[in-house]
Amino acid sequence: MKSKGKPSVILVVLLILTIVGLFLASKFLDSYKIRIITLSGIYVTLGLSMNLINGFTGMFSLGHAGFMAIGAYTVGILTMPISMKEMNFFMQPIVPCLANVEWGFLPALLAAGIVAGLAGFLIGAPVLRLTDDYLAIATLGFAEIIRVVFTNTQSLTNGALGLKGIPNYTNIWWSWGVAFVTIWFMAFLIRGSYGKAFLAIKEDEVAARSMGINLFKHKVMSFSFGSFFAGVAGGLLAALLGTIDPNMFRITLTFNILLIVVLGGLGNIGGTVVSAVVVTVMMEALRFLDESINLGFIQLKGIPGMRMVVFSMILILVVLIKREGLPGKTKRV
Amino acid sequence: MGDFSILFQHLANGISLGSLYALIAIGYTMVYGILRLINFAHGDIFMLGVYITFYGILYTPIPWWLVFLIAPTITGFIGLLLEKIAYKPLREAPRTTILISAIGASFFLQNLGIVIFGGRPRAFPVPRILNRVIKLGGVSINVVAFIIPTVTVLLLVGLNYFINKTKTGMAMRALAKDYETASLMGIDVNKIISITFFLGSFLAAVGGIMWGARYPQLMPLMGTMPGLKSFIAAVIGGIGNITGAVIGGFILGLGEIMLVALLPRLTGYRDAFAFVLLIIILLVKPSGIMGDKITEKV
Repeated sequence: MKSKGKPSVILVVLLILTIVGLFLASKFLDSYKIRIITLSGIYVTLGLSMNLINGFTGMFSLGHAGFMAIGAYTVGILTMPISMKEMNFFMQPIVPCLANVEWGFLPALLAAGIVAGLAGFLIGAPVLRLTDDYLAIATLGFAEIIRVVFTNTQSLTNGALGLKGIPNYTNIWWSWGVAFVTIWFMAFLIRGSYGKAFLAIKEDEVAARSMGINLFKHKVMSFSFGSFFAGVAGGLLAALLGTIDPNMFRITLTFNILLIVVLGGLGNIGGTVVSAVVVTVMMEALRFLDESINLGFIQLKGIPGMRMVVFSMILILVVLIKREGLPGKTKRV
Repeated sequence: MGDFSILFQHLANGISLGSLYALIAIGYTMVYGILRLINFAHGDIFMLGVYITFYGILYTPIPWWLVFLIAPTITGFIGLLLEKIAYKPLREAPRTTILISAIGASFFLQNLGIVIFGGRPRAFPVPRILNRVIKLGGVSINVVAFIIPTVTVLLLVGLNYFINKTKTGMAMRALAKDYETASLMGIDVNKIISITFFLGSFLAAVGGIMWGARYPQLMPLMGTMPGLKSFIAAVIGGIGNITGAVIGGFILGLGEIMLVALLPRLTGYRDAFAFVLLIIILLVKPSGIMGDKITEKV
């Protein structure tokens, strides 16, 4: 048996160190670097929320971009000043019940999580009966449907024009504050009986069911919680960028999160946190690849692509090397 | 009379779009039948096929009809190579793992496309013979709209013969039916899987060329949507079943065109149609129209 005191001391020390680090960063670094650190915090939340669904419960969902879109739009619409709304919705006025609302950031973030979580619940209830690859394609489909719907609901989301002028509430403290809450929540959830049930479902659904675990309830729960945090992270992202449009929430976004989860290890909280930070920083650090001027034999001027080539190669390599290390369910016997 | 000619036009559009979905869907369904893998990169193989044709026509002295034969062959070998690199080492790994590898491969090909071909849309050089409009009883229709279903039917007949009448085809069917038993019976699994990938990619490239002739705008990301939709077509028809893939392709193609034609207000939702159909099918009859009943193995 491990002593209960020791790991938590380490965690507290880590937490304090991180807070001090963040404080120093916010004091001494330039705004670009601070922005990257803020973004890392958001990706920590995203990575953990996907890890809950894909890593701990062993489902394979590719719907993250959709839930982020829901969260981002909720925050965007709720926090945007009334005058700004009139400017944004010049094609078609916004639905009257939302025209005169201007919420604070915290309630808007919570609303984002709740709306996304509800969507996750409604979507999950019918779809989670499916197994791996069908689930992957169905959730991917839902994310696409959400994107298409948002592109067409002019009076609710301003359609393809997107929303501009969302107040920039997100700062380093908001993003990392949420990240810490997510880490704590995940650790709490996994240690409890629910976490045991999730792991059991991942290891062997049939065995888990015969041990009396309600598969459906736990799957929907894990999916809804994951969607909740994806929604919150989407909201943070909206308030960081200030501008959102439906095309931001394509499958590419889900791919980035999947990369974080795979690199960090499916079902590994600490690993996910580290890989979220590493991937976010690398995404920025490797930006030079996209702007690479001249390699002598090939001209790549400002081509966004090289960076993602590198990242997709990393993903494939990790999967090829880790192979059995990645947990999964159905093995050929 | 006017209504009829418009309806006829829509039907022709729907059938040619359906044929294209069917051609791409066959690749998904064959691979899924044997490996139980959604080859996420299949749509991007399709894209590569179009680009190879594009470069073949514009930058080599080879006549276009020969390019139309060579390009799918090259694409077929790329598909085969993809399997060797990204899927073969993972054949014994959990299914999620190989699925992640497939997603990675898809993004790799897309972005490699952006790097090599550039992100700017290109115009597909449609040979003049194919780019004619003929009048048929008051309805003007592009020749391509006739060629596409014709080529599709010919290819399907050929494929059907190959799968049902040749020894290799029999081996493919055996592998799809029961992988373990078949591999114990002395079937060269690697060879059969390579052939499957080659054929699937070949057909996708043929579909791609005709797609280019129909919608002559090339982009490195052009494979994503047709790819996903064709996969949905395969699921609708019953994944693993080639006839089913064709039926699914036609249902999807005709459905999409008819949705826009009959309910113009929903035009913006066109891309969502396939996904809604997918989810309905998965909930009502997950095995698809022609599929066998899926039994859960313990």
